[in-house]
Amino acid sequence: MISDPDVVGILYLVSIICFILALRFLSSPKHARRGNWVGGVGMVIAIATTLALDGISNWLLIIVGGAIGSIVGVVGARTVKMTAMPQMVALFNGVGGGAAALVALAEFHVAEGGDLGSEEIVSIVLSALIGSISFSGSMIAFGKLQELISGRPIVFVGQNIVNVAILAGAAALGIALIAGWDEQWALIGLIGLALLFGVMFVLPIGGADMPVVISLLNAFTGIAASATGFVLNSTLLIVAGMLVGASGTLLTLLMAKAMNRSIANVLFGAFGQVQAGTGAARVDDGRTVRATTADDVAVQLSFARKVIIVPGYGLAVAQAQHDVRQLAELLEEKGIDVAYAIHPVAGRMPGHMNVLLAEANVPYDQLKEMDEINPEFPQTDVVLVIGANDVVNPAARSDPASPIYGMPILDVDKAASIVVMKRSMAPGFAGIDNELFLDPKTTMLFGNAKDSIVKLIAAVKAL
Amino acid sequence: MTDIGLVTELTVLVLAIFLGFEVISKVPTMLHTPLMSGTNFIHGIVVVGAIVVLGFADDAFTKTVGFVAMVLASANVVGGWFVTDRMLEMFKRRPDEKREPKQ
Repeated sequence: MISDPDVVGILYLVSIICFILALRFLSSPKHARRGNWVGGVGMVIAIATTLALDGISNWLLIIVGGAIGSIVGVVGARTVKMTAMPQMVALFNGVGGGAAALVALAEFHVAEGGDLGSEEIVSIVLSALIGSISFSGSMIAFGKLQELISGRPIVFVGQNIVNVAILAGAAALGIALIAGWDEQWALIGLIGLALLFGVMFVLPIGGADMPVVISLLNAFTGIAASATGFVLNSTLLIVAGMLVGASGTLLTLLMAKAMNRSIANVLFGAFGQVQAGTGAARVDDGRTVRATTADDVAVQLSFARKVIIVPGYGLAVAQAQHDVRQLAELLEEKGIDVAYAIHPVAGRMPGHMNVLLAEANVPYDQLKEMDEINPEFPQTDVVLVIGANDVVNPAARSDPASPIYGMPILDVDKAASIVVMKRSMAPGFAGIDNELFLDPKTTMLFGNAKDSIVKLIAAVKAL
Repeated sequence: MTDIGLVTELTVLVLAIFLGFEVISKVPTMLHTPLMSGTNFIHGIVVVGAIVVLGFADDAFTKTVGFVAMVLASANVVGGWFVTDRMLEMFKRRPDEKREPKQ
């Protein structure tokens, strides 16, 4: 068994290096997978070193606990459908936060009788608080994404006041603990209130805002793990946790920026609930929506030179990614230039559409980011919008009264013609009408995205 | 584990924050989902904390809490890794065009 603290420290340093390299390798899809393996090696070194520490006992509990968790992890990760990836990420994120909170609780219990320094107690309080919020918040996010609970914002009068009260209660207990109130029930109470706060804080957030929330919860778990590192005097936990904290924070900021909204507005605005201010002076100018058929769209596509596909969450719901790829390949065989335009907040988590299309074997060099593809729309003959809505709504550019005004969008309305595939005329998650649908250049292909695309493929082949 | 002192720990923390921002800002948007899931895996490092707590536990309360933490943390580590691996496996270039014909 390892008793020399320097040896332990150096082994932990090696795993820190592995984690940093793992993130570094993620800068390109070419070697990203290798990076994950390097990270895996780092984790194995960290776990093996810890197990070899002098004085570790309770082997049976460690092995059984580790085995149960591992089995759940492998089975969950292996069997989940790619379309269910956001909820899986939320789930694994939540359990990490829960573990951090429990480690803090156990450390407090062990030290009861008062040999905790102020550094330890502050870290315990932070780890328990943030870890618990992350746990219950992630579970609610999981429930929403899995559609166990409504994806729509759930709101009631005075919600923000109730939330502030809950958080204030937890903070009061935390301060009492830090001030020296050595009572385990206070910490358990704090965890309870933090769990409640996590629930209350994610419930009012709508499905379209999930990319922001998931990123934020990811940051929370990282910060909780880092705080645990201060309790245990472990630089490994401090660094690894904080790398995640920084990553989650950066993603949260990026996502909020991609929607042109402040983080506070996403978290407390209950977006998509209130329609107030939407199109205050919308005049019904007699324009109507034009419906089309798969055969007509097939002709349109076949005679195009350049086609851009804009995927949205509707594509994930219909699980139509494989069919879309087939359609795109069919068009490419005819010599048509096909690209995919990916909006940063399309879907339910950062980069959701990329993973979905990668699963369908769409080569990643065909996926174009917003800034890259926007100048190409004016030269595009047909844009195929599949289950996307708010990210192509021109009101974001033109209507200052619109709740999404100022959000950067894909300029699909600049193309020669637009085909929108939608189940019905229901508004998107933001609950706003879409001017694009009334554009004379736009035609609507109603129905389930998968069915529509299968029909399109048949029609294109028949031409 | 050895106590290296609060100030040193805080220094390490601050450096880790800057390093994190630096490394993460180089990750392309396309890989943001694997990034989330990969960092998810990394915060599974809390499993080390769970092992320490459970490994040194000598009363029923600590054992119970440590055991649950152990289950949660290992699900985090193992699940996070496999999900990330599955995702990254799928990212492929266009198969043929890029390949140079053999001379």
